Amino acid sequence: MADLSQPPMTRRSLFTLIGTVAGSAMMYEAMSSLAYAGESGYAGPPNLTGDVKGASVLILGSGIAGMTAAYELRKAGYKVQILEYQDRPGGRNWSLYGGDTYTELGGATQHVGFDKGHYLNPGPWRLPYHHYGILHYCKLLKVPLEPFIQTNYNAYVHSTKAFDGKPQRYRHVQADFQGYVAELLAKSTRQSSLDQAVTPEDQAILLDAMRQWGALDKNYEYKMGEASSDRRGYESDPGGGLTSVPTPSQPIGMKDLMKSGLWRAIAAGSGYETQQTLFQPVGGMGMIGKAFGAELKEVIKYNAKVIDIRQDAKGVTVSYLDTKTGGPPMQAKADWCICTIPVSILSQIPITVGAPMQAAIDNLSYSASVKVGLQFKRRFWEQDEDIYGGITYTDQPNGTIGYPNYNYFSDGKGVILGAYAFGPAAFEYSAMSPEERIANTLEYGSKVHPQYMKEFDNGVAVAWHRVPWTLGCAGAWTEALREKYYDNMCALDGRIMLAGEHASRIPAWQEGAVLSALDAIRRLHQRVIAG
Amino acid sequence: MLKISTRYLALIGAGLVATAGSAQAQGFRAGYSEQTGEAIYTGICQGCHMPDAKGAQGAGAYPALAGDKRLASSAYAALVVIKGRKAMPAFGGSFSDQQIANVVNYVRSHFGNGYTDTLTPEAVKALRPAIAAP
Repeated sequence: MADLSQPPMTRRSLFTLIGTVAGSAMMYEAMSSLAYAGESGYAGPPNLTGDVKGASVLILGSGIAGMTAAYELRKAGYKVQILEYQDRPGGRNWSLYGGDTYTELGGATQHVGFDKGHYLNPGPWRLPYHHYGILHYCKLLKVPLEPFIQTNYNAYVHSTKAFDGKPQRYRHVQADFQGYVAELLAKSTRQSSLDQAVTPEDQAILLDAMRQWGALDKNYEYKMGEASSDRRGYESDPGGGLTSVPTPSQPIGMKDLMKSGLWRAIAAGSGYETQQTLFQPVGGMGMIGKAFGAELKEVIKYNAKVIDIRQDAKGVTVSYLDTKTGGPPMQAKADWCICTIPVSILSQIPITVGAPMQAAIDNLSYSASVKVGLQFKRRFWEQDEDIYGGITYTDQPNGTIGYPNYNYFSDGKGVILGAYAFGPAAFEYSAMSPEERIANTLEYGSKVHPQYMKEFDNGVAVAWHRVPWTLGCAGAWTEALREKYYDNMCALDGRIMLAGEHASRIPAWQEGAVLSALDAIRRLHQRVIAG
Repeated sequence: MLKISTRYLALIGAGLVATAGSAQAQGFRAGYSEQTGEAIYTGICQGCHMPDAKGAQGAGAYPALAGDKRLASSAYAALVVIKGRKAMPAFGGSFSDQQIANVVNYVRSHFGNGYTDTLTPEAVKALRPAIAAP
């Protein structure tokens, strides 16, 4: 706790003050605005100079990490080959389109019935503006990007336990919460109860700031009127001609709002990774993997299931099965190996690495996540509710309703992300059949959008623990696990190095995969050049 | 998921403050409401081990629990549930001693597994300190 009796205020003590008075939401806001956030480790495309002396690198996995490594190593003069378990590039960079078929572990097969031009991104779906690495490759590979809407003020925040389960507009909860917090802080300031904390000069600044920040009236109160309606919207909007007088809207009562817990959801777009601007590839996230795959088509061998990874003083030998043609195991050899196989799977493959790396491989499980895509016959969220892209958050197991950030105002169908579940809810979703996942998602969604049942067309559900080639969503690192295993996960072990989001501090984000790959090949290259 | 990194929370993108075990917006719960062994198995475990407990095979595999000789030891089964093992996540932080005992007893007496001895919640509790925090 900072010593509040010591003016002038330090930035830290201001945060502490704000945190104490206004709660952590506002503190977070304040901290974000003063740029306390971290930085990406991207230092530009690698410059791997020097004679690689004909060295070869075998890369396991054609996800974002594997293809980033392959692209850069090939450019630097290495002989590169990729083995990929699936019959397509991209890994978790993946979009499902109408006509696609997906079979999960347990055998359930789904035939995607989306109309042309619609898709579900079962994995990553957004690219923050500061994920410089992945954005660099989008530009390089000419993958067109468009805005991804994270925060939509007209979308909903929803709790089954508040306001009789009626969804609330984000802008109402956001404006009202901010307004009341500002009012409380202004009141404290005017009652001089902050005397010890802020100088008189700072008090004046704080009051002015609270009035502006919280849309308070001239008496520093947050209540129905022009100031608050300019944030939360009007009961009836200002118009033209003789029917132009607006009617202000009534804020939600402070006690109801606090009790509702809905304020928990209003900072979803305040995190460093969710601040605007975010992007998405036009036509689906999988466009990045496709473009990378086309660039590297000569070096990727698909349908190759790795069953053994061995190294000795001379090189690396990987045994694999061709899952399409069958037959006895085949072998691929190289001087070096970059293995991007998720450790959930790698922990089951014999590999000659030292005990420290093996322990790292064996001690990272993968988090659960589930996404459900729902196609509706019409875009009722746009037509009935004026929601164009963005996200609704609910306290139900589906967690998220993501509206399509493309094809706005079109008359045809639309695909919603009906569920994006994590944690216990995702484990429970994973234990259901795809049909049950969809049925439950429709049930939850109906609480927010009553149109769901009438307008539902078809859906697809992907539970990451049922995905045959990952057994989970992403490395579930904890601080304690990182302390113990992270460095060994990333170290060069003889001739083998691991890469992927699991070997990064940006888990589950594609940027983590890119930065991990770039760091791995830099260190590998140094080793090769050193001879 | 006892301690979740800030990056992970940002990924999840909804929670403002990291409440223990929270992964999502608005009072996201940390534990499971399923209580009986059957409810826990069908509600959670079968996501990977499958409804028939025979596991599954892709690029990697989920082991079958049906006929798994290692289940002869109820302590072994409980330890794997509590601590996790390789791709298997740890559930010690989200299940109570009673829930762990119930699901272990259920799996050891179903799917063709015929073990008749039962694991008590007290025995589960005694196992917990033996597990070094990762």
